[in-house]
Amino acid sequence: MLFTSYEFIMFAAILFVLYYLVPKKFQWMLLLLASYVFYSFAGIRYIAYILATTLSTWLASRMIGKLKDTQAEYLERNKETLSREEKKAYKERTKKRQRLWLVLCMVFNFGILAVLKYSGFVLQNVKSVFNVLSVKNNIPILRFALPLGISFYTFQTMGYIIDVYRDKYPYEKNVFKLALFISFFPQLIQGPISRFDDLKKTLFDEHSFDLKAISFGFQRILWGFFKKLVIADRLLPAVNTIVRNPEEYQGVFVLVGMFFYAIQLYADFTGGIDIAIGVAEIFGVRLTENFERPYFSKSITEYWRRWHITLGTWFREYMFFPISVSKSMLNLSKKCRKLFGDAIGKRIPVYIATIVVWFTTGIWHGAAWNFVVWGLLNCLVILVSQECIPLYQRFHNRFNVQHTFWYRLFQVARTFWLMSFLRTLDCYRDVPTTFRMYASVFTKWNYGKLFGGELLKLGLTVSDYIVLVLAVLLVLYVSLKSRSASFREQLAAKPFAVRYLSYFVLIVSILVFGAYGVGYDASQFIYSQF
Amino acid sequence: MDKIIEILERMHPEVDFNTCNTLIDDKIIDSFDIVTLISELSEEFDVTIPVEEIVPENFNSARAIHALIERLLEDE
Repeated sequence: MLFTSYEFIMFAAILFVLYYLVPKKFQWMLLLLASYVFYSFAGIRYIAYILATTLSTWLASRMIGKLKDTQAEYLERNKETLSREEKKAYKERTKKRQRLWLVLCMVFNFGILAVLKYSGFVLQNVKSVFNVLSVKNNIPILRFALPLGISFYTFQTMGYIIDVYRDKYPYEKNVFKLALFISFFPQLIQGPISRFDDLKKTLFDEHSFDLKAISFGFQRILWGFFKKLVIADRLLPAVNTIVRNPEEYQGVFVLVGMFFYAIQLYADFTGGIDIAIGVAEIFGVRLTENFERPYFSKSITEYWRRWHITLGTWFREYMFFPISVSKSMLNLSKKCRKLFGDAIGKRIPVYIATIVVWFTTGIWHGAAWNFVVWGLLNCLVILVSQECIPLYQRFHNRFNVQHTFWYRLFQVARTFWLMSFLRTLDCYRDVPTTFRMYASVFTKWNYGKLFGGELLKLGLTVSDYIVLVLAVLLVLYVSLKSRSASFREQLAAKPFAVRYLSYFVLIVSILVFGAYGVGYDASQFIYSQF
Repeated sequence: MDKIIEILERMHPEVDFNTCNTLIDDKIIDSFDIVTLISELSEEFDVTIPVEEIVPENFNSARAIHALIERLLEDE
């Protein structure tokens, strides 16, 4: 059930009425029921997967929690009699058993994800290698249908169990509450990837009908619909025309495709997150923000701090740090310092962890070489930028330009285009085609075609372009206004007439300018396929 | 404390680590810096800094880092 489908609007409307009618203590249970109803729309058989993740995680977190409780009781009971060493040894023994439960839970859940999402890709590559070597084989090509949101809910749930293991917060005793945390429908399809301690603050609370919060939620939903339907879905045919006909559209059209895809993806993903956050908000639940005006970033590292924030945070907390500061990595670093000197030795943990993180980020997005290469190229740019910092500093010291408007604009444009180049790997059918298209940007000089009416052959009319320019300017305006304070708060402070005129114009824009067309079928959100 | 400030200054000579208490919040030190810092602190003080201790409260200032090291040394 897509957020922008009529079914979803009906589903959310009915749930909204029921939510504020049922006794407040049943509200979270209603959300749980609704989340499973929502999930069953994607296929009732997939419920088995999310249930398996929920039950296994509940069991493992319960065992870890019980071990912690038993340890605390034992140490308290024997605090006078046990020596420091005995206490330490006891703690280590308990930790080992906790770690066993953590590992079992992670292997089981990442195992499900790996088998469903990656086994086909791995087997296909093994088969290709055998074919190249002319080795006869009967390796089957497997294709599993992916359960809705599996990459998102698996990561969120594994974050929870790691946090419980690390003692960040106590485990959730109530299996149904944990089930709601994992399946909460607004965030299920494309995130944000929430942390349990953040989400529980509002997810299980009793909520009164708060007109301000609810109207804020509706505004956010409308804004998401506007971005998705007026911008992203309108640009879709143009992006598809360019990337599906690489022989025809080269040179400047590759740049046009990159530019359109940058806008489309932003509108699609942030629009989807706006709807998710807005829907949660009308039920009184606060989700974590996932974007912070990423296209205003001045460097690629800054960009990744501001785009898909919750995924970046997940990788940093649960993968980058555990690898880079692990004992074995620090020992390796020490050895390398002795062998190759300080400069190389101290880089080893950071380099290895960054490569692992970006490889995983790549395959998280999809089981295809395009995503692997995309991840590793991001890694390369980040590491090269890191190495270039002293160079930049020397440049900044020599030419005092870094605080000027034009230099910042240059940095923003550079980051935008660099990311747009890398992101194009999402679009073309394979890596060699993408690289051929990169090359064509520099070798095929067809820039004159831009003004020869070719832009009108991409599936967009003049009126489409006008709507797009105005809509993108509006998004840009809202982004710029949001730098100082929440745009919704600023709007709320305006006179009644201004506020309601804005809502009216937004609703009419969605209805009139949304890319519906004849036989409209709401298109998938891009990130829901990851 | 002086040792910690010395390590931090090697990484970011432009920052006054005696007064700054928003190293993480203001993104003065990033994840790469934290890894380098942990590696140097582990060697200097012969202490293991577990990953669960990598939270902003423990790295926002030289004083907080010092408190973390003292606590970990005490626990060992």
